[in-house]
Amino acid sequence: MSAPAGITRATLLKDLRLEWRSKDAINSMLFFSLLVVVVFSFSFDPSAEESRQIAGGLIWVAFLFAAVVALNQTWAREIRNQVLDAYRVSPAPANSLFIAKVLGNFIFVTVLEALMTPLFIAFYRLRALGPAWQLLLVAVLGTWALVVNGTFFAAMSLRTRSREIMLPLLLFPISIPAILAMVQATTAILSGEGARFWIVLLVTYDLVFTTVCLLLFETVLNAE
Amino acid sequence: MKRAFPILGVLTAILLSYALYQALVAAPTEQTMGDVQRIFYYHVPSAWTAFILFFVNFGASVLYLTKRRPAADIVALVSAEVGVVFCTIVLVTGPIWARPVWGIWWTWDMRLTSTLVLWLIYVSYLFLRRFSSSGQTPTLAAALAVLGALCVPFVYFSIWFFRTQHPQPVMGGGGSIDPRMLHVLLVNWLAFSCFAFLVCWSRYRLESLQREVDQAHALESLLDLRGSVR
Repeated sequence: MSAPAGITRATLLKDLRLEWRSKDAINSMLFFSLLVVVVFSFSFDPSAEESRQIAGGLIWVAFLFAAVVALNQTWAREIRNQVLDAYRVSPAPANSLFIAKVLGNFIFVTVLEALMTPLFIAFYRLRALGPAWQLLLVAVLGTWALVVNGTFFAAMSLRTRSREIMLPLLLFPISIPAILAMVQATTAILSGEGARFWIVLLVTYDLVFTTVCLLLFETVLNAE
Repeated sequence: MKRAFPILGVLTAILLSYALYQALVAAPTEQTMGDVQRIFYYHVPSAWTAFILFFVNFGASVLYLTKRRPAADIVALVSAEVGVVFCTIVLVTGPIWARPVWGIWWTWDMRLTSTLVLWLIYVSYLFLRRFSSSGQTPTLAAALAVLGALCVPFVYFSIWFFRTQHPQPVMGGGGSIDPRMLHVLLVNWLAFSCFAFLVCWSRYRLESLQREVDQAHALESLLDLRGSVR
């Protein structure tokens, strides 16, 4: 195994172990998205046939807000005991750290989605009229888009005052095309229409933003 | 350079008043919409000016990331600030026109939505600049500006999928605009661009001065500290 991949693996395993022992991120995300589901159910009749049209948006809004909870914690953990400073002076490539963090967050948010989706299906009586396997594809691509940008902007907002407010302020505007694509694709699949355009858009968005985040991460990490 | 500033200021004032006269008096009244249509001479030039300024912001940010010139950072900051102001003018004049003509203040069509998203992106840029501590601001802001600019084509493509309700005559090449109206539009655009340039310039000078003052203060307190230790 090459050195950068080894660093990625070590950081990822460390994060997973920390999360496994504390379960801070996953618990807070789960409870948060549960709250969103309950609060949204007051604003319309969740079992009505029309709610199929808004279910896509609702699911993603819940996951988006919950993901911000986890993303805010990823780097905050490294601030304590100056771990991040130690990382910056070490010769380890910055992108190994970034990829490890992105993969870690991706796993957390995916676990959240896997646990929450059955609940959504039950609460909102969802049934896909289109091909359901495409939902899986949309979930993976959409989560990746959120997590790549989110990890990047979390590293950025780390350097600001009131960093916890800063992350959504930076993340949401840039993610609007991805959010729109996720929501539209999910709604299209649930109501049995084609989602091809949105999936292609998501793939392009993921490719472009992953590349640019990798190119810029070292600059942001070492910004003085 | 410093002498050019008042000259440009006077020229811009003359140009703006000429453009105002052209837009309110000289331009022919639109057949169906009437005088409400004249807001078009402010709406469209502001939009073009804002887009140019956002483009300048992108260029300056890339320049800062590659060359690390402080001047590029100031240009990026200034163009984003003035661009947001012009984009706000677009978003305010649009509904004022839309209410009597379409009968609604706002509709979620392609251009309105994408302009609003563009505005959101650059407002978040200004937020980052305000909230980050001074030493790191230029780098972080430049990185965000690059990501924001890359986001723009995605915004347009994704929102393009929605139904468009916006009038197309000027941009879409429909060619139905009166040549006199086009003339007034271009005069206004010129005046607005000059005005935007003037504002950017004075803001640039202010920001440079501010940074010099900050540096002088920092240096002074360092010297004071050394004196007291001795």
